Amino acid sequence: MKSGKFWAWVVFIVGAAYFFIPLAATVEFSLRMRRGVHSFDAYQIVLGDARFQSTFLYSVVAAIFTIILGVLVVVPAAYWIRLRLPQLRPVVEFITLLPLVIPAIVIVFGYIRMYGSNSPLPFLGSNMGANALLVIGYATLALPYMYRAVDTGLRTIDVRTLTEAAQILGAGWGTIIGRVILPNVLIAVLSGAFLTFAIVIGEFTMASLLNRPAFGPYLQNIGANRAYEPAALAIIAFAITWGCMSLIQILSRFAPKSSNRPN
Amino acid sequence: MTDLTLSNRTIASKPAPPNEATAFRLPTQWIGVAPFFIFALMFLILPTIYLVIGAFQNSDGQLTFDNILQLVSDPSISSSYWVSIKISFWSAIIGAFAGLAIAIAIVRGGLPSWTRSATLTFSGVASNFAGLPLAFAFLATLGRVGIVTTLLRDVLNINIYAMGFNFLTTSGLIAVYLFFQIPLMVVIIVPAIDGLKKEWGEAAATLGATQAQYWRMVVIPVIWPSFLGTVILLFANAFGAIATAYAFAGPALNIVPIKLYSQINGDVLHNPQLGYAIAFGMIVITGLANVFYIWFRTRSERWLK
Repeated sequence: MKSGKFWAWVVFIVGAAYFFIPLAATVEFSLRMRRGVHSFDAYQIVLGDARFQSTFLYSVVAAIFTIILGVLVVVPAAYWIRLRLPQLRPVVEFITLLPLVIPAIVIVFGYIRMYGSNSPLPFLGSNMGANALLVIGYATLALPYMYRAVDTGLRTIDVRTLTEAAQILGAGWGTIIGRVILPNVLIAVLSGAFLTFAIVIGEFTMASLLNRPAFGPYLQNIGANRAYEPAALAIIAFAITWGCMSLIQILSRFAPKSSNRPN
Repeated sequence: MTDLTLSNRTIASKPAPPNEATAFRLPTQWIGVAPFFIFALMFLILPTIYLVIGAFQNSDGQLTFDNILQLVSDPSISSSYWVSIKISFWSAIIGAFAGLAIAIAIVRGGLPSWTRSATLTFSGVASNFAGLPLAFAFLATLGRVGIVTTLLRDVLNINIYAMGFNFLTTSGLIAVYLFFQIPLMVVIIVPAIDGLKKEWGEAAATLGATQAQYWRMVVIPVIWPSFLGTVILLFANAFGAIATAYAFAGPALNIVPIKLYSQINGDVLHNPQLGYAIAFGMIVITGLANVFYIWFRTRSERWLK
């Protein structure tokens, strides 16, 4: 047992070193812009860059629309499958796994060919259409995570009883989903939302191939042309991802643990 | 039967027919799932089918296998597949074993409890920290003027670049990909190790099993399917990754996703149909991997309830 503990420490410390050294080195590197002293110059330049602000804002807005679209597509479907169509569950679960099978670059390639400006549905014929297509593409990327988060949330509430109670009180379907089900799975939905945000915010492939002024292509451009700013951007990106994951962890403490209808 | 007339063609094409035995039914049976299926069909399934069909057509729309054959016969394409498979395979294998070792260390190694929560939190972050920022972090660390590179050179007099180190080699990219592969393994495998019931260990000990026998005959068989499944997930994860490699070398690096990226951007292969074939090849490889994944996953879930 003694040697087991020794090896456990060795593994932990080696692992910690592999993950800690690049991050520490990146922090150090990002502070070196001014010769001889540590400074936040790289951060100041990045944060003050008008292109940083506009592309970051663009990606934040795209992420918000992605989350809204994801919720609109996933919540009614997951709810309905629990309530009425459990036999469709395997089909839906299979579809939500597809984005893990089909690489993002393949999906966006399909969009470019199918929804080009000469197609019957010319998303790429206009600026707004291309923005919409980017949001749609992000929603497909987030589909596996969003679906699983919402489904886990629904598992902890008694969907049927809540629905019947709301119906007895005269609620319509919109009211049931919007004012009864959604508030009950809000924490699960928010977990999915923050994960979506973390995935979408720096996404490069889709934004670049759809030619959108998003944060990912901006990162690529800075990475190819600057020395110290990329390190600062890496730290900022890491902080954003960390923030999203912490929010998910904090939220999970508020999530109901008990299940009335485990299945 | 009223609901059948209302079902749209998306639903009608699905294999599972509506169950006659549902408790109460309205003609709105399918409305709740309709947005999901329409969305999936339009933006996930049809675009993919479009590419797959294109892979088997020539530019006049006639059936041909030339595009697929060219994946094998064109050395620049077949080598890019080969490099991608090698990188994905080894980063998945190494990442899986390293992740498993870390998971066992924090769950079963008798370490203080903060190591577990710290590792899990960090793994959640690092498994999602990929793409361009990851490349930037490694360039700042091990790039030509990176912190660790210069430290090694100035303090220990080791020039890693003179020794042949390069991010653009297969092993260089594997080392970088491990930064998100290992944490992903940790995130997925820790619940599986948690699922090992204490009673099994006690039962084994009661029957006189040594620690080694307990591991060989109980732990490994139980963890094995979910471990193997995760290896496959890691493989697909690395196979589709593009941004990290693109940040190191732009379009110069010869891996499949970058090849496809250049083809989409500028038709560098001078044959649009060939792009479809490359995409098709990627789907086939990750698809095969995931078929195994799902298979192993269902096998492991039987044990870990």
